[in-house]
Amino acid sequence: MAALGIPTARVPVLLRASVALPAALFAWFCSLVPRVSSGQTLHWEIGWIPEQGIALSFFIDGLSLLFALVITGIGTLIVHYASEYMRGRPQLPSFTAFLLAFMLSMLGVVLADNLIALFIFWELTGLTSFLLIGYKHEEAAARRAALQALLVTGVGALAMLAGFVLLGETAGTYSLRELLAGDVSLADASNYTWILGLVLAGAFTKSAQFPVHFWLPNAMVAPTPVSAYLHSATMVKAGVFLLARMSPVLGGTEAWSVTLVGFGAVTAVYSALASVTRTDLKQVLAYTTVMALGTSVMFLGLPGEAGTAHSTAAIAAVAFILVHALYKAALFMAVGTIEHSTGTRDIARHGGLRHVLGPTFVGTALAAVSMAGLPPFIGFVGKELLYSSAYESAFGGFALFAIAAASVLIVTAAMLVAVVPFFGTMKQSARDAHPVTWQLWIGPLLLGLLGLVAGVATAPVFHGLVLPAAAAIAPVPEHFEPGLWHGFNALLLLSLATWAVGAFVFWQRPVILSVPGSILDRLPVTGDRVYDAAMDGIARFSTALTRRMQSGIQRRYILAVFATLALSVGATLVAKDAIHLPSQIPSVTFGEWALVAVIAASVLTVILTRSRLLAICALGVVGTAISLVFLLRGAPDVAMTQLIVETLVVVIVAIVLLKLPDFRNEIRQPLSARWRDGAIAVAVGTVTTLVLLAVTARPPQLELTEYFESMAVPGGHGHNIVNVILVDFRALDTLGEISVLVLAAAAVCALIRRRSRYRFDRFLRLQAGQSARPGRARASREGA
Amino acid sequence: MEAVIAVLVGVLMASSVYLMLRRNLVRFVLGLALISHTANLLIFSSGGLQGTFPPLISPGELEPGPGAANALPQALMLTAIVISFSVFAFLLVLAFRTYQRLETVDPDSMRSAEPVPAEAGMDGPASGGPQ
Repeated sequence: MAALGIPTARVPVLLRASVALPAALFAWFCSLVPRVSSGQTLHWEIGWIPEQGIALSFFIDGLSLLFALVITGIGTLIVHYASEYMRGRPQLPSFTAFLLAFMLSMLGVVLADNLIALFIFWELTGLTSFLLIGYKHEEAAARRAALQALLVTGVGALAMLAGFVLLGETAGTYSLRELLAGDVSLADASNYTWILGLVLAGAFTKSAQFPVHFWLPNAMVAPTPVSAYLHSATMVKAGVFLLARMSPVLGGTEAWSVTLVGFGAVTAVYSALASVTRTDLKQVLAYTTVMALGTSVMFLGLPGEAGTAHSTAAIAAVAFILVHALYKAALFMAVGTIEHSTGTRDIARHGGLRHVLGPTFVGTALAAVSMAGLPPFIGFVGKELLYSSAYESAFGGFALFAIAAASVLIVTAAMLVAVVPFFGTMKQSARDAHPVTWQLWIGPLLLGLLGLVAGVATAPVFHGLVLPAAAAIAPVPEHFEPGLWHGFNALLLLSLATWAVGAFVFWQRPVILSVPGSILDRLPVTGDRVYDAAMDGIARFSTALTRRMQSGIQRRYILAVFATLALSVGATLVAKDAIHLPSQIPSVTFGEWALVAVIAASVLTVILTRSRLLAICALGVVGTAISLVFLLRGAPDVAMTQLIVETLVVVIVAIVLLKLPDFRNEIRQPLSARWRDGAIAVAVGTVTTLVLLAVTARPPQLELTEYFESMAVPGGHGHNIVNVILVDFRALDTLGEISVLVLAAAAVCALIRRRSRYRFDRFLRLQAGQSARPGRARASREGA
Repeated sequence: MEAVIAVLVGVLMASSVYLMLRRNLVRFVLGLALISHTANLLIFSSGGLQGTFPPLISPGELEPGPGAANALPQALMLTAIVISFSVFAFLLVLAFRTYQRLETVDPDSMRSAEPVPAEAGMDGPASGGPQ
């Protein structure tokens, strides 16, 4: 693992050069800040399918601008970091393409105006995420994690699409701008619960809320730049973004608040606890990401006055999203650097790295302090806002308890990441570590410093970014002044207590965390296992279904075909009331009765006889008798053809069938099978009779016949109408018929000639894995 | 007459289906031959059986006389007879060659293409031996 980044390997020029794209986009978005923060909404529209009135439209307000800045700003640093981190690894051109494609899709999600376009970009982020998690596709774990992330978020996204369609149909528009501008609240709509549930399913799976959070820690098999970018700073925030975006439309109800606060709080506390019991640095960070997502969801759910989101909570949620993006991307890059330098992410194997990775240590420390919420960092401002808005809100005690408990553990997690690897005695990993180039520490350092600068210059950050973003969620008070110092009050005491308890837990972690750690490790039911069980179940179901449907047993297919025929035609007959039983005894001559009786008797003979010869003869009798019926009813041409064919059939059958085993040694099928087949056969026969009765109950449709009759002489210059139809009016059909005859004859010749025989025998032997006797042994299997 | 033929077609159809469901290629082949007859008779009688004279036009006339049979089903049947004969001949040879190669006429034991475990049989374990 230590040899991952070979310093001598060629610099991935494409990846390094592509930094220009996010950088340029970042600069452009920065230039929009003054206009957007003054309350403007920017809007672009590109005709997509103008004929259908479908346009690809984008708009930028405070919320989308904040996300766009995070996506492109952190994207710049990540791409730059990756160009060094990924050096010497395979398939970098496609990695670069996936990473940039992800960035553009993610921008699409936050800028899209149309709900359907938003869904498509949303799915594109899932797809690129799948490709990036599966970067090490030769590892089974990576493939599994990639597929799991794709399926879990994909199922959620499909639910979300259904929710969008319901929403769009109910509101009458799919444009987010119109939805938001019209102040539409769907809270009173009759299908509000459905819309809410479906949209939340999309948001919760994407943003890894408990209990579907499991895919996110598993996704850490991806290269660290991917984890830092997709799975902490941007993609997983898509769900949070959607909730923030939808808050004015769907929010403000009790269902919204209870669901969001409930899921968010459980997610935050559970994952904070899970994070401090992990030993892999990336897992620690992954679970703190889940905690941050839970916190954001919880605060977006806090109710304010009269059907809107709580304004301070909205500001707190937005601020926290920004804070988290800054420190978490820094910490992920730092952990990646540690792994790059030492070859391991196991906390226990690290110590004293500050001597080797000095600048990385500084960056990590700055980010971790912001994460722990210490002044004068932006993290402190964020946490104070969380505490105060939780305290003010209707969920006061519960929300405050949840966020405080999670914050305590986050302090512990921050110390785990920043203290353990860098302080203490130098362990083996630190002695083996190689120093890293500036590309690997500049990112964490910059982001860490940014957290400090933002904390000191709170006012511009809030007025430029946070408040305009929060204004998209809830009405923001005119003069909102965030600051580092709010006086010596109860909330400050709570902050002090948070740090103290967090530090205490860190200090005594072997004692305190052993119990929850072992409980978490032994949970009887986890999302991951449910996922496995579901996947196994689907595979088993599909196998069973395939084995049932595709048995490879020819008789079963025939049975299915005939049973379907009998059922569907029978059902149609009943449904259309088309059963016409003849009312009187039909007038039939004695000769006709005799003919019918002969046919029926011969057929029964074919079925019942144990002699092949008798069966063949009876078959011939059936054919001949039927040709007599044709002759009696004005079809001499057909009768003649039938007679010739029948004679040929009898001769050929007699030649061939007599070489096949006779019926004496036939496999005897059980009585139940015979009854089943008989029942199906009788059903098909009955249905056929009923159809024929229904058809002949009304006078035949003779338009076509009359056309042929009147056109035979003038059009075909023939007096035999049947012949004229065959060779003139339907000549192409006859050509097709002749082709079938030729093809069949060719196939028969090919089968009769024996050239391919030994090759086929060899094929069979290879299949069976044994040496079958190549020969024409006559002893039949059954007879032996 | 139509009603009698309808019942006869039903009997023929049931017999063909029953034969095609047997666990014996020989019987299957017989069933296939029979089902072709059934189909022809079905087409023929669904066109009406009122006419008894062949659909011919006397020299000098432009239309067939009264009582001529329906010409359309006859044309369809002529095509059908030839095609079903081709298919039948092909199947017969195929069955013959199959028997030569696999030394069985039991379709359930023809598993070269799709080997499946023995438990997947249709009627439980094959009970061989003379009846």
